[in-house]
Amino acid sequence: MSTELHTLTLAGMQSAMQAGEVSSRELVDHSLQRIEAVNPEINAFLQVDTDGARQAADAADAVRSAGHAGPLTGLPMAHKDIFCTEGLKTTCGSRMLENFVAPYNATVVDRLNQAGMVMVGKANMDEFAMGSSNENSYFGAVGNPWNPEFVPGGSSGGSAAAVAARLVPAATATDTGGSIRQPAAFCGITGIKPTYGRVSRYGMIAFASSLDQGGVVAATAEDCALMLTAMSGFDERDSTSADVAVPDFSAGLNESIKGLRIGLPAQYFGNGLDAAVGDAVHAAVKELEALGAIVSEVELPNQHLCIPAYYVVAPAEASSNLSRFDGVRFGHRCDNPADLEDLYKRSRGEGFGAEVVRRIMIGTYTLSTGYYDAYYKKAQQIRRLISDDFDKAFESVDVVLGPTTPTTAFKRGAKTDDPVAMYLNDLYTVSANLSGLPGLSMPCGLVDGLPVGVQLVGRAFDEARILSVAHQFQQVTDWHQKMPASV
Amino acid sequence: MALTTDEVRSIAHLARIGLDEARLSELATDLSTVLELVEQMNSVDTTGVEPMAHPGSSGLRLRADAVTEENRREALQAPAPSAEDGYFLVPRVIE
Repeated sequence: MSTELHTLTLAGMQSAMQAGEVSSRELVDHSLQRIEAVNPEINAFLQVDTDGARQAADAADAVRSAGHAGPLTGLPMAHKDIFCTEGLKTTCGSRMLENFVAPYNATVVDRLNQAGMVMVGKANMDEFAMGSSNENSYFGAVGNPWNPEFVPGGSSGGSAAAVAARLVPAATATDTGGSIRQPAAFCGITGIKPTYGRVSRYGMIAFASSLDQGGVVAATAEDCALMLTAMSGFDERDSTSADVAVPDFSAGLNESIKGLRIGLPAQYFGNGLDAAVGDAVHAAVKELEALGAIVSEVELPNQHLCIPAYYVVAPAEASSNLSRFDGVRFGHRCDNPADLEDLYKRSRGEGFGAEVVRRIMIGTYTLSTGYYDAYYKKAQQIRRLISDDFDKAFESVDVVLGPTTPTTAFKRGAKTDDPVAMYLNDLYTVSANLSGLPGLSMPCGLVDGLPVGVQLVGRAFDEARILSVAHQFQQVTDWHQKMPASV
Repeated sequence: MALTTDEVRSIAHLARIGLDEARLSELATDLSTVLELVEQMNSVDTTGVEPMAHPGSSGLRLRADAVTEENRREALQAPAPSAEDGYFLVPRVIE
């Protein structure tokens, strides 16, 4: 069965191992072979840890033989290269960290190691998670497996492309303004950004600390639930970690959605939405209605202010977070600095790419003396309005549904000269970050051979609900089973 | 609002990012476009709205003032571009 192995989901691979049909070592070797064959075309992986992966796979097989296997034991996966891995390079897609080897593991890395998952390598990404096309990686753009001339989305473009091309069944990812959900939509897979605070940010290189949240991309909601259960939970080492009980997300997947109230915000279906994408999303709504969901309209009246507020809050926090890259304690240092100021300026000028510089500069400006009230405080007030809009919507519905992105994937190079056009990719996703709510994207159609994603936003800490809605949808549709022709 | 090249030069200095003249004028255009986008915020009156810095309302967690980490100075300093005897080395700052 070795030629078909990569088309299995995490759950399918686990069943095959339980049935003794395949070992972790075989799954991992197969994944490594596929990466070697396919990665040169799509550049989804920055680094492959062949030896480490084989050792971990053998260890997982030994654990299974001893009768101690858990639900994730021996399953191959990739980490977005934003998660620190002890002893292995963590670049964050930047020249600044080209040779950085972290002295500790991110909590997410530790937890998935403890669950017995086998990391085969580190996935490409937009530099410091800033981008919506994965064209901002210092180590080269990523191709969309559905058509390598198109972008996979970003910033978790490497993670999403690796899963879509079935190089690995699942990968970690992070989402500050849509960086899990938008690439999941563009690549035809499922991705979940949990509630802010659900997954520890310790060892996850910071971009905008009040928005950043780790999550997962995989082929199905069932697989997302499996991994998210292991990744979630309170962590003393993250000062904003939520001390909230974590349910077994897999256990609730089969809950019926009969009577579930779904809200469609009129503001998500207006100007800027591609008509064919809108049609695919409406078709998904019909499927959910057939499963017993009750659909109504809701209002998110401040939706049009999400992108403007986000492009104050995120750059402001980024300018502060990225001040740590000073050429002194870690990261790139320029040659022969004349003095300390020259060391800072040239190390940062050489180490950061164009988009990172833009965002640090915007943040520096909006936080500078005299501008704080006009920009940062104003943005925080709008953030409150956006969050209040969701609270109000959730008084009458259980889930808010809309398109994940205004269009399907665009061609490489199409938006690289226009930062604002690129920012508008996140039109429907940033609101969940600003309000801290969980959001999930799942495939619901194909337009001209490219996938369409539908987004579900839930109440805080109600990931179980959006995962079960997605799982129920995936029981009666087959969009999540569609793969690029090359697979 | 439109930024001038001089303003961009001063922002670059505040951010300690070394940029050549050509980049400065490019950035003046790019950053002005972004500021134009964010100024759409002014279309709504936010008088009296409590600013939201963070999702959730639990506030910052405190912990006991006790040593929780072991000393890993060498490991933590290993990624430094230049370090010696437990110090990070930089160009001379005091003549």
